[in-house]
Amino acid sequence: MSIDPYALTVNGREHEISEGWPGESLLWVLRERLGLPGSKNACEEGECGSCSVRLDGEIVCSCLVLAASAVGQEITTVEGIAPDGTLSDVQQAFVDAGAVQCGFCTPGLVMAIDVLLDSDTDPDDLTVREAISGNLCRCTGYGRVIEAVNLAAAFRRGETDL
Amino acid sequence: MSGTRTTDRTGVAPRTGGPGIGESVPRPDGVPKVTGSFAFSSDLWHDRMLWGGTLRSPHPSARIVSVDIGAAVTITGVHAVLLHDDVPGSKAYGLEHSDQQVLAGEVVRHEGEPVAIVAADHPETVRRALDAIVVEYEVVDPLTDPAAAETAPPIHPDGNLIRRIHLRHGDQQVVGEVQVEGTYEVGMQDQAFLGPESGMAIPVEGGGVDLYIATQWLHADRDQVAACLGLRPERVRLTLAGVGGAFGAREDLSMHVHLCMLAMHTGRPVKMVYSREESFHGHVHRHPARMWYRHHADRDGTLVRVEASLLLDGGAYASSSSAVIANATCFAAGPYRVPSADIEGVVVRTNNPPCGAMRGFGAVQTCFAHEAQMDLLAGALGMDPVELRLRNVLATGDRLVTGQAITGTAPGAEVIRTCVDHPSAASIAEDPMALPGGAGRTADPAHVVRGEALAVGFKNLMFSEGFDDYSSAACRLADGVATITCACAEVGQGFVTLVQQIAHEVLGVQEVVLEPASTETIGSAGSTSASRQTWMSGGAVQKACEEVRVRLLARVADEHGVELDGLVLVDGLVASLTGDLRVDLVSATSDPIHAEVEFRHAPTFPLDEDGQGDAHVSFAFSAHRAIVDVDVGLGLVKVVELTTSQDVGRVLNPVQVVGQLEGGAAQGVGLAVMEEVQLSDGRIRNASFTDYLVPTALDMPPVEIAALIEQPEPGAPFGAKGVGEPPSITSTAAVAAAIRAATGLALPRVPVRPSDIVFGGGAA
Ligand code: FES
Ligand code: FES
Repeated sequence: MSIDPYALTVNGREHEISEGWPGESLLWVLRERLGLPGSKNACEEGECGSCSVRLDGEIVCSCLVLAASAVGQEITTVEGIAPDGTLSDVQQAFVDAGAVQCGFCTPGLVMAIDVLLDSDTDPDDLTVREAISGNLCRCTGYGRVIEAVNLAAAFRRGETDL
Repeated sequence: MSGTRTTDRTGVAPRTGGPGIGESVPRPDGVPKVTGSFAFSSDLWHDRMLWGGTLRSPHPSARIVSVDIGAAVTITGVHAVLLHDDVPGSKAYGLEHSDQQVLAGEVVRHEGEPVAIVAADHPETVRRALDAIVVEYEVVDPLTDPAAAETAPPIHPDGNLIRRIHLRHGDQQVVGEVQVEGTYEVGMQDQAFLGPESGMAIPVEGGGVDLYIATQWLHADRDQVAACLGLRPERVRLTLAGVGGAFGAREDLSMHVHLCMLAMHTGRPVKMVYSREESFHGHVHRHPARMWYRHHADRDGTLVRVEASLLLDGGAYASSSSAVIANATCFAAGPYRVPSADIEGVVVRTNNPPCGAMRGFGAVQTCFAHEAQMDLLAGALGMDPVELRLRNVLATGDRLVTGQAITGTAPGAEVIRTCVDHPSAASIAEDPMALPGGAGRTADPAHVVRGEALAVGFKNLMFSEGFDDYSSAACRLADGVATITCACAEVGQGFVTLVQQIAHEVLGVQEVVLEPASTETIGSAGSTSASRQTWMSGGAVQKACEEVRVRLLARVADEHGVELDGLVLVDGLVASLTGDLRVDLVSATSDPIHAEVEFRHAPTFPLDEDGQGDAHVSFAFSAHRAIVDVDVGLGLVKVVELTTSQDVGRVLNPVQVVGQLEGGAAQGVGLAVMEEVQLSDGRIRNASFTDYLVPTALDMPPVEIAALIEQPEPGAPFGAKGVGEPPSITSTAAVAAAIRAATGLALPRVPVRPSDIVFGGGAA
């Protein structure tokens, strides 16, 4: 299927999309056309947060965004939050805290927590729980995930190393 | 008991002190999973691939009059449309009985049953092709009431009774001085793993097919797929694709045969990904249950007899229902000494969605019932519910209602004591978001009451009833690097970490490589279910590594002309106890050493006609204490705190054990207050995460781990019991009991709905 080409800026790089179907979601285009499958597809109906990306800094469910509507916006995915071969503080905290089991929710949670800590490096338990309440995890019961948030927050406050 | 250690929560360090057993070693797949580079089954990609899709029955019961694919096949981009007659081999498959249709032929038996499959160039083309297939159905009244199944006309040639077990134990004439009776219900729960069913099949030149799939048991899938394709098993090669959770829902085949048929028909790789809605139709669920109980006890609280009648709805196909009802029946009386029992367990076929394996496997339903009965009994006796449980709880040497004596560890009393003795950290909520109703801020603090209760449960580990349960593993030690091959499915539980720890522990190696799990490279590892892989595949890996170790020491002894007895393997060196010989592992294994083993647990035996026999291998106990707040005006519940103790044998990786306990508890909270697949006339009404509610971080309380009871289990690798299932068994029962304690209502059904609380559903 051919379409009017459009360009997306993902993780600082411009990509032209010149084929496909005009109704494709941003999640679909990231995963299937741009080779960025880190954003996950657990529901594709805006309920689980596994597809979370940043659009001009704001967190969105990329499954609910029409790809062609994201033209001109800065898109950041889990693949783009740390230089290649390194981990961001939140990613490192997930590994250290044992917050990863199957890992399907992990990229979305990492994005949501990154957004939270950008505005608040000392969130209380309820604030953390609310900030990640749009992200379903079926494996962990969230205990180690919240531990990871606490580790990363302490790091951002300069209290600990990771 | 000597040899008991309890691990305090504070002992759970986030970081590791070393790579061996007992350390919180980080997952080897942790880094790729946090960066998004880990390849899940839905991430599979091939530059020549087509997309597959499935047309499903909208009716729970119907005869198929005709299927017209004429319009679908002419759509540009459509490469194949296949039906029942195109299934090349066996038209049916199944875990225990081959009774489930690959594609429906003359009839459909549940809503969502696959009727046709399509391969096309784009998912949108697939969707249009599925829309263009015209199926004429003659709708039949569905059989949806399991209580009517046995007397209703059969909906399947195999009949409507899947299995009946009538367990009779001890003196059938005894009667207790005090009796309590109740009827309980458990709704249908969905596993709701996050990674949707997905996979890719690639045709192999000369016939045969490669299937990359997220599953719990590669070899069992391989054999079923091969039979349906009419191929010899070796022509069908399965490789594990990244699994986004399982919890039982990946034990049965889903898209496996469909993908292979489409790939072999088109000669192209074919990928399929279920949508969330399709996933609800595409896998089995936890059996809904109706359970009647009568408990008899002496005035002092000693249990004398339990009578029960259990009815599970198996849905349209058998799946693992036979084994689920065996578990429900064997563990119906709970972790207590019960000298006399009459327990009938029945699982039937209906036109409801098929049910099968889910974490806890039959013991979840009965735990909810037997723990409600124990609380009722404590009330009737005027006795403390904790004391009643301690008086009756099983210990090593006691007999189950199956007549089997427990020979392994059974720290039932320890899990109870440590759990109730653990101080609560729960405070009274001030922020309205922490009250029932949460972010909606609907609760009125004046209507909120608090309740607290305990539940205890247990379950078998591994496969039972004489099943030949084994796992295969190989270890190759070359240049100081251990390469392990095992077909155990990693579904998130952390087997990949244990492999590293076990190989390090046995061989002292720093570098351990785990080969991809595949049917090509090694024999079966059995299923990732029944809390069995730590014991079974962990045991197989340990045995393979030990075999390599023995050969290594023999080689060094031989080459250096020293006594074998005087050699040890420490810190990457083979050394003599006298200290004069030191050979490093790298040079000692420049010529590789290889060992391949099978590992079996002690044999089990079938149940006899009275449900008696040594049918199980080992048991794990757990307890949960729940504290809940209930808004009695709105019927809303907030689970404030869960505290748990669990019998784990030995902790191999503390942080992974904690992860299992927290995650299992969350699924139990879900079943207690939120999660139910809603059916009407056999149709699922809430096949989405919008309407099927899974606990979020706001719904889940902190899980306090009072104790991990470490009494090493004889026969288990390093003494470790599987830990995956017990947390999901007792958490539901504890939360429901705490709501009863808060409200004074009987609440004989889970999930507890707001209307049950507001309108006193099932009042005492
Ligand atoms: S995949 Fe986008 S919210 Fe679930
Ligand atoms: S780790 Fe599996 S869904 Fe979160």
